[in-house]
Amino acid sequence: MQQQALEWPKEGNARVPYRVFSDPEIYRAELDRVFLGPTWQCLGLAAELPEPGDYKTAFLGETPVIVTRGEDGEIHAMVNRCAHRGNLVCLKERGHSKDGLTCVYHAWRYDLTGNLTSVAFRRGVGGKGGMPESFQLDAHGLKKLRTDQFAGIVFGTLSPDAPPFSEYIGNDIGGRIGRVMRGKPKLLGTTSQILHNNWKLYFENVKDTYHASLLHTFFTTFRLSRLTTAGGVAITDSGAHHASYTYGEQRGDNASSDQLYSEIHSLHEDYRLQDPRFLDSVDEIGDGVTLQILSVFPNFVLQQIHNSLALRVVLPKGPDKTELQWTYFGFEDDDAVMTERRLQQANLVGPAGYVSMEDGAVGGFIQRAIPGAEDESAVIEMGGYEHAPQPTRATEAAVRGFWNAWRPLMGL
Amino acid sequence: MDLAEIARRLELESLYTDYAACLDTDRLEEWPEFFIEDCQYRVTSAENYEAGLPLGVIYATSKNMLKDRVSALREANIYEPQRYRHLVSGIRVVSHSAPPPQAREGGLAPSGAIDLEASFLVVRTMQDGGMILFATGRYIDRAIRAEAGWKFASKIVVLDSRQIDTLLAIPL
Repeated sequence: MQQQALEWPKEGNARVPYRVFSDPEIYRAELDRVFLGPTWQCLGLAAELPEPGDYKTAFLGETPVIVTRGEDGEIHAMVNRCAHRGNLVCLKERGHSKDGLTCVYHAWRYDLTGNLTSVAFRRGVGGKGGMPESFQLDAHGLKKLRTDQFAGIVFGTLSPDAPPFSEYIGNDIGGRIGRVMRGKPKLLGTTSQILHNNWKLYFENVKDTYHASLLHTFFTTFRLSRLTTAGGVAITDSGAHHASYTYGEQRGDNASSDQLYSEIHSLHEDYRLQDPRFLDSVDEIGDGVTLQILSVFPNFVLQQIHNSLALRVVLPKGPDKTELQWTYFGFEDDDAVMTERRLQQANLVGPAGYVSMEDGAVGGFIQRAIPGAEDESAVIEMGGYEHAPQPTRATEAAVRGFWNAWRPLMGL
Repeated sequence: MDLAEIARRLELESLYTDYAACLDTDRLEEWPEFFIEDCQYRVTSAENYEAGLPLGVIYATSKNMLKDRVSALREANIYEPQRYRHLVSGIRVVSHSAPPPQAREGGLAPSGAIDLEASFLVVRTMQDGGMILFATGRYIDRAIRAEAGWKFASKIVVLDSRQIDTLLAIPL
């Protein structure tokens, strides 16, 4: 039976049909229209590839990508698929190559920018076989991405229609990335989570400023972040990108805040840490913002949770499977105390994070509740129907912003 | 191998068996007691470990931090009921060393510290009966003999895979 075309509810971005999280046809269309469409996606830190010849792999949606530092010292990216028979060219996730990239299948060779430089046995053997005379090396390179760097972070796109990255994100979001990326990044480590939910459920979670202190009781209890703490959410006009931010608790009023939370499960007044050293943080940026969660459509997150800094990349792996990749970093000029502080605070986030553990599971809880409700919709009305910036986080404006950016790309 | 050495091997094997049983039977409050006060506990991936990257998915530098982990799991964090089954094998002594300075201050037996490695495999079972092979890897440990028996001064849990399914709640 042919499935009916999806009709978006009349409430607009304040309703999201559950079907968009489970329908394989919508997922297939997203890979083309969103991930191979006019969007920029994070390919990593430029500092991960310090030397010419260094390479790593990444993804645009499900499309495998190679990122290199070429002989010219610049970052290049191309699809990780041999122009010959479609084999993966780079098998190792990261490495260094002195003489370009060679496909293992038939030894076709490419330079670090993706140009085809040689074809094994191109002239055949003893005048027999080989490629036709008409075969042109320069017509058969790896498919090249456009790349752009912003504050040491590498982004890529296959679309000629995406505006330059700085224009794509705008000045406000650009400034908020810049305030975190103050030095030359130094990699501290990576981790990855397999989430049993559609990629958009995680991305909604990132943009959902309403849930943080309610689902994550650790945050609330230690007054790390509450909706009653001073802060807000910045959202671009298109709704595509956002940054939520929180100031230190000293700007809030604990007594009235406790009152507001007293009826909510997430406040445990008698809960105390025996060794709170790992929460020792410093205002390294100097603007009083202790938390900033920033997203760039469709799947990039930059995290500043006190002194824990990380890139998160949300990779679709099927309608109901997602890989969440974390890259933690500090800066080259961090001293040992600062590095230790960042490592300690990394306990807050990641797969075992005191405040982010729940985010790994909650998307799966929704995914499991969807069967039978494909024609029903989620209600996203906190803070109204629009996606304008708001001086509070008790709003779902940034979530509506995501849908405002996603729907035109998908024609929904 | 003399009798003292055999006895010591059996003690160390019991240390791992008891450690696994503690985690697998939800006696998490007893878990920090396998460590000395100023212990190190870190869960990382082979990829990070081999690259010399210091990040821990869990990163603790005291026994009290381990206690905080447990109380957060009991009182703050939200996760579905689940249980682990640890299979620990291949326990081997990598080296003996003089007691570290902090261990001497703690009045430890003169036998000093022992560096050990062991392989582990953990199956995770969720409340609905769904089971997965959740984690495999090796423990890179330093144990010292305290008055109350062998304790871990350091435990680095090196996961073979960097991918963690959904979340890591119960320690490994």
